[in-house]
Amino acid sequence: MTIRFLLLVNKQGQTRLANYNENVPQEERRQIEGEIVRKCLARSDEQCNIVEHRNYKVIYRRYASLFFIVGVDEHENELAIHEFIHCVVETLDRHFGNVCELDIMFHLESVHYVLDEMMMNGQIFETNRRAVLSQVKEFDAPPASSS
Amino acid sequence: MSMRLRELIRAVRQCKTTAEERALIAKQSAAIRNSLKDQDAAYRHRNVAKLMFMHMLGYPTHFGQMECVKLIAAVGFPEKRIGYLGLMILLDERQEVTMLVTNSIKNDLGHKNHFIVGLGLCALGNICTAEMARDVAPEVAALLASKNSYIRKKAALCAIRVVKKVPELAEGFLENASALLADRHHGVLLCAVTLALQLCYVDANHATTFRKHVPILVRILKSLIHSGYSAEHDVGGHADPFLQVKMLRLFRVLGAGDAEASDAMSDILANVASNTDGSKNAGNAILYEAVESIMGVESVGGLRVLAINILGRFLANKDNNIRYVALNTLAKVVAVDTQAVQRHRHTIVECVKDSDVTIRRSALQLVYNLVNENNIVTLAKELLDYLTVADLEFKADLCRRIAELVARFAPSKRWHVDTLVELMSKGGAHVADEECRAFAHLVSATPELQGYAGRALYKASFEMRGESGWKLAAVAAWVVGEYGDAVVSRSNRLEDEEGFVASPKDLVSLLESIVLDAAVPHAVKQVVVTALAKLSVRFPSEASDVKRAVSHATDSLNLELQQRSCEFIKIFERGPSLTGPLLERMPAFEVKSSSAYSGIGIEGGGGKGGGGGKAPAAASGADLLGDLMSLDDDAGAVRGSGSAAAATSGANLLDDLLGGDMGGGGGGGGGGGGVGGFSAAGSAPADPLADLFGGVGATAPATAPAPAADPVMDLLGMAAPAAPAAAPVDFMMGMGAAPPAPPPPPPIDPMAALDIGGFSAPAPAPAPPPPPGSFTAYEKDGGLRVVFACTKPDPMDPSETCVLATYANSGASPLRSFTLQAAVPKTMSLSLEPASGADVPGAGSGGAPTTQRLRVKNAQHGVKPLAMRLRMQWTDAASGAVVVEQATVSFPPGM
Repeated sequence: MTIRFLLLVNKQGQTRLANYNENVPQEERRQIEGEIVRKCLARSDEQCNIVEHRNYKVIYRRYASLFFIVGVDEHENELAIHEFIHCVVETLDRHFGNVCELDIMFHLESVHYVLDEMMMNGQIFETNRRAVLSQVKEFDAPPASSS
Repeated sequence: MSMRLRELIRAVRQCKTTAEERALIAKQSAAIRNSLKDQDAAYRHRNVAKLMFMHMLGYPTHFGQMECVKLIAAVGFPEKRIGYLGLMILLDERQEVTMLVTNSIKNDLGHKNHFIVGLGLCALGNICTAEMARDVAPEVAALLASKNSYIRKKAALCAIRVVKKVPELAEGFLENASALLADRHHGVLLCAVTLALQLCYVDANHATTFRKHVPILVRILKSLIHSGYSAEHDVGGHADPFLQVKMLRLFRVLGAGDAEASDAMSDILANVASNTDGSKNAGNAILYEAVESIMGVESVGGLRVLAINILGRFLANKDNNIRYVALNTLAKVVAVDTQAVQRHRHTIVECVKDSDVTIRRSALQLVYNLVNENNIVTLAKELLDYLTVADLEFKADLCRRIAELVARFAPSKRWHVDTLVELMSKGGAHVADEECRAFAHLVSATPELQGYAGRALYKASFEMRGESGWKLAAVAAWVVGEYGDAVVSRSNRLEDEEGFVASPKDLVSLLESIVLDAAVPHAVKQVVVTALAKLSVRFPSEASDVKRAVSHATDSLNLELQQRSCEFIKIFERGPSLTGPLLERMPAFEVKSSSAYSGIGIEGGGGKGGGGGKAPAAASGADLLGDLMSLDDDAGAVRGSGSAAAATSGANLLDDLLGGDMGGGGGGGGGGGGVGGFSAAGSAPADPLADLFGGVGATAPATAPAPAADPVMDLLGMAAPAAPAAAPVDFMMGMGAAPPAPPPPPPIDPMAALDIGGFSAPAPAPAPPPPPGSFTAYEKDGGLRVVFACTKPDPMDPSETCVLATYANSGASPLRSFTLQAAVPKTMSLSLEPASGADVPGAGSGGAPTTQRLRVKNAQHGVKPLAMRLRMQWTDAASGAVVVEQATVSFPPGM
């Protein structure tokens, strides 16, 4: 019952965010991302959002041109993860105000901060949007140096 | 001055090619490295952010790890924050870096600012190694009791990581974890439940500790369900579904194997299962988890039925995700509660036809599990219907499964035959040879159905033409050939069999049409030609038609087919005294495991086949031999001494096969021995499958050293008395398949012996040239000679080469404890099988040369030729000296 990784990939198959909860060597990451993205992109809307890949299950959701892809082990509740993806998207949406691919690209660390407030070590730990965002805001309060 | 992150991202996006992008990143990496060297604190933050971006793109960023460590050690919060983030993302568990950060993290855990403590915990939870875990465990345990809910929940998750890395630390967290289960804060509760789950996974004994909390947990879950709307945790009308799911899972772990705990939670499970609204995904997630929990704990029957009914409802849902989980869960519970799942059979079968391939695959899996003797008839029909529309990738597996299930549960033989015929006509080329073989076995073992099966096959193959019908055609030809008389007979009609009549003429003309069809593969035609020959005996009235039909193949480009048909025509000319016994019906045979067919693991002596089988018309066989011998002038061969080896290793191969094929016949055994003997002597092992199918090109290798003399002659000597018995070999056995394990060496065939023996068919020269892949790898005058015979076992995969090494010794004294070592370049892989003997006998001893098989797989076939270095070592029997020789082998081109 662990989330192994969370990927944000656009329709062209470019990774926009990768969050791994286990140590995966760089080359293997590339390989996994390539394989999974190809599998997910090839699926139609009517098909179910769960794909089995290698030894894990992949649950994905598509929002406009962005795919949110979560890899979990076999004991995870797929439907809950499906819901969790939506929860992440809603939170990001609140955080950025109508989030889009560019927001995620240019504010990568921000997205990571939000995710770090929602899941850790492969476990979901906060799904209350307000709690997540207030935490992130408090952290942001000391002005961050420009990046 | 380095680029800003934003500019870097833009520049990367503007890159048109990957090469451009790579160059840009390389330049930036260099800039960042310089900046790091300058210890420029102002750009640290930016550098790490850029490194994260580059890491995401898949470029190496390890040099940034130290920078993160420095940032973490900084005082300011923003620096620490980006430092921790960078660390979590860039770290690759390199020891030295984690060692360096342990101390910083430890300090941060004790920091008075709870944000910084949170950062430390978060990083720890994500990257903690076993060593770190031991170091920080006390701090984390203490933080579990922190006043700040934010710290508590992060500490709980951190504890999960610690426990996962070092399970024996679990004890230290038990108490605090139990206390957390009563927490009011949802986030903390969620983490606490997760921690409790992890502790139970680590050690099942911990479950007893947590079982005490079941009543509290039940109360919490109950209040969660009945609490009414709370904007903070509401998801689609459900109060914090994530927490509910986690709690249900904890119930499952706690209730498993404990009746008391299961009893305490049964009410709430029933409550959740019956009251959760399944119209939204969140609700279904809860229901799904509840079902899993109900099936996982010791629930009463009623509750289980409720759970399975929920899954049944899921199946009818139009959301594919829900159907997917339902099918998977049903597959898990089908073993526990088959009856309840059977009730949803209809819906499950519908899912097999779903438009989503993932659903289809899951449903199919479930259907396989559902089949039993009561529903096989309906389900087999459904599966056969599905076979015609199934995805290509499923078909082969589907055919195999159907055949397997039918063989296991078939209510009657007749139904079994019907279903398999339908399977072959619908499955076409996807039906594996094993299934065809099993069918042939079924027919041969069921005399009362032979006619029926023949008629069914005749009809089916009459209707099926084209590529997909070839397998069926071959099976039909075999059955019609063997049992032609039963097929046309009217006396063996079953009740309510349709009044379909096939005359002998029809059978022959069907087979003839197959021979004439240019598209039909030779393997099938070979079966058909044999079947035709058999029909000439079954229906003497059709002999002329048969002869005509067979004669179509005499000018086939396929040598085996041509040879065989010429042989048959000659045999026809000899009249019934020869054809009668030669083309007699095959006795019912035993199906052996496929490994027996492929020649692996064969054991048993040469006499195995000679047991209970009948030896038809040995006398006429002997006559035949006489005839053949007298005709045999130009072969010019002398019976070699190779026969001495007849009963050795190789002999068993064919012998065993023949034994399995035709239930023996003393002659069969002898024939096998002969061929085997040849194989041992002639350095070309007779592969059983290829053998049956015959001497394609019959390039009997003349590479064999002197003792082998003329192997063909030898073979004839051994095999001829057995010829009548060896001839009704079952051609089905080799149909169309490349032999799985052993490589196809130059095959020999009892029939080839007949051929050489005097028929004027376009037979191979008496002293054929060596096979193309054979050459001398090493030779020393008056000593050892190593001959390599190379073959490609898999025609589809030219990268694999099988080398049969033959060690011959022209010296007088044998070479004792001979070993050969071989080395290949890195791009190739090599496996050596044990040699046939430890010694290489001397020239005069008359023993068979020692052989050894090598397999080489060349990953760069076509780019790099095969190359090999050999190191041979032996003890000279005369002098007792140990000799070591080395050689480089140059393989012929194309290998």
